[in-house]
Amino acid sequence: MIVEALIHLVKVLLVIGFVMNVAGLLTWVERKQSAVMQDRIGANRADIFGFRLIGLFHPIADGLKMITKEDFIPPGGNRFLHTMAPFAAFFPALIAFAIIPFGDVLRVGGRIIPLQVVDFNVGVLYLLAVGGMSVYGVVLAGWSSNNKYSLLGGLRASAQLISYEITLGLSIIGVLMVFQTLQLSEINRLQGELLFGFIPKWGVVVQPLAFLLFFTAAVAESRRIPFDQPESESEIIGYFTEYSGMKWGMFMFADFIETVTVAGVATSVFFGGWQVPYLFADGFHFPWGSIVALPHLAVILLQVASFVFKVLFFCWLLMTIRWTLPRFRYDQVMRLGWKYLLPLSLFNILATGVVILALQAL
Amino acid sequence: MAAVAFYLVSAVAIACAALVIFQPNVVYSALFLIGTLLALAGLFLLLNAQFIAIVHIIVYVGAIMVLFLFVIMLLDLGRDPAGTEQLPYQRGLGIGLGVLFLAELALMVSFGGGLAGAPEGPLPAAFGYTEVLGRMLFTTYLFPFEATSILLFVAAIGAVVLGKRRG
Repeated sequence: MIVEALIHLVKVLLVIGFVMNVAGLLTWVERKQSAVMQDRIGANRADIFGFRLIGLFHPIADGLKMITKEDFIPPGGNRFLHTMAPFAAFFPALIAFAIIPFGDVLRVGGRIIPLQVVDFNVGVLYLLAVGGMSVYGVVLAGWSSNNKYSLLGGLRASAQLISYEITLGLSIIGVLMVFQTLQLSEINRLQGELLFGFIPKWGVVVQPLAFLLFFTAAVAESRRIPFDQPESESEIIGYFTEYSGMKWGMFMFADFIETVTVAGVATSVFFGGWQVPYLFADGFHFPWGSIVALPHLAVILLQVASFVFKVLFFCWLLMTIRWTLPRFRYDQVMRLGWKYLLPLSLFNILATGVVILALQAL
Repeated sequence: MAAVAFYLVSAVAIACAALVIFQPNVVYSALFLIGTLLALAGLFLLLNAQFIAIVHIIVYVGAIMVLFLFVIMLLDLGRDPAGTEQLPYQRGLGIGLGVLFLAELALMVSFGGGLAGAPEGPLPAAFGYTEVLGRMLFTTYLFPFEATSILLFVAAIGAVVLGKRRG
């Protein structure tokens, strides 16, 4: 009983530690990568005893700065909601990762430990529900600030988030139709199968259009350029104009956590999660017939490493997109979401259904 | 354990529902309604209806209540907590309908065979799972399901027509 509870606690701490640390590092990656891409040096001034370590102390310096800054609440605003809004934005971002499996089942001393915090049988829907709740932080922040720019920013942000949630949900349905389950651990396991004996049956292979739709909608949900309506720093000031100090920091950090979560979901649903191509429970089985046997622990370590690698790859991709594309205008965001992505995602469901029926009839 | 969770979640649901109507600020009312809906999702979870619980959150908390907040904030209703009544007979009508509803409930419980008791024995293994629910919706309950979808479709078309007329 106590051992079970301890195992759960360790898993929770591992996942939260992973998400928070990657998100923290992303604040550094954001600056350093943009600097490299724009031929600058980037943040490198924070030092401890003269050691600068390519600017890696900047996340710590930022945190200290934000905690010690003045925390200002606008006099005409709503004190309670103004304080609550950052938490409303932070909380859903943080709990989403609980459902994502980071490895197969670990067997130690007769104990079977699934490498996932919660294995909910409606896992994919849980992700959508949690994503839907993240709108409240934005809306409440905009309203409670008693500032017209904040309110407009909040309204535009929530319009964007609601619009793209629909595409997000519909694009995943294609994958659910192929794998016939809502359980993420099961979806991950089924992605280990091989098509025609040599192509890994990853979500992106069987549902390429769904992946493109999902990824676009997910970038929009993470509220970063090119879908930067919530902030729109170049023309209007967004929903957190009246925020300062750590409360503003929480909004910013929630965005980075969402980036990690988007990377995690994309990995888990479309890129095999912890699957390594041709790696099975007892080692590698290559399609040309050779077999490399591996001990159980090595297999699990490879799986977790593969998951972490894929998540980091997607974080890098999201950063690259953010520093490559310009920002869309509000009407462009709405047109893309409603007139292109939504019909395409409906078409994807129809096409998937037709193909599945045709394959069954064969 | 389940009983403690049930009473806790129910208490939260009832308290939030009471606060929706008993405090003057409209924005707070909307937020307490969200609290009620989340607590109801908890009740669904306790009844082993995971699919319904999650869909309940997606639809009500994730979409409908956001639109409510949208309207409240756009019309700036939150700033005047005067509690002005919009309809002339609002209070009397509300009390009347409430009493009528309670009477209906009482009639149903006393004459309609009472509340359905808990099913005997353990639940089937896949009870409340999405697969079972989907199968039921598309076989046994196909007609009501399709009728509902047509109703929603008509409502959506109506909303578009009304929206277009102003422009």
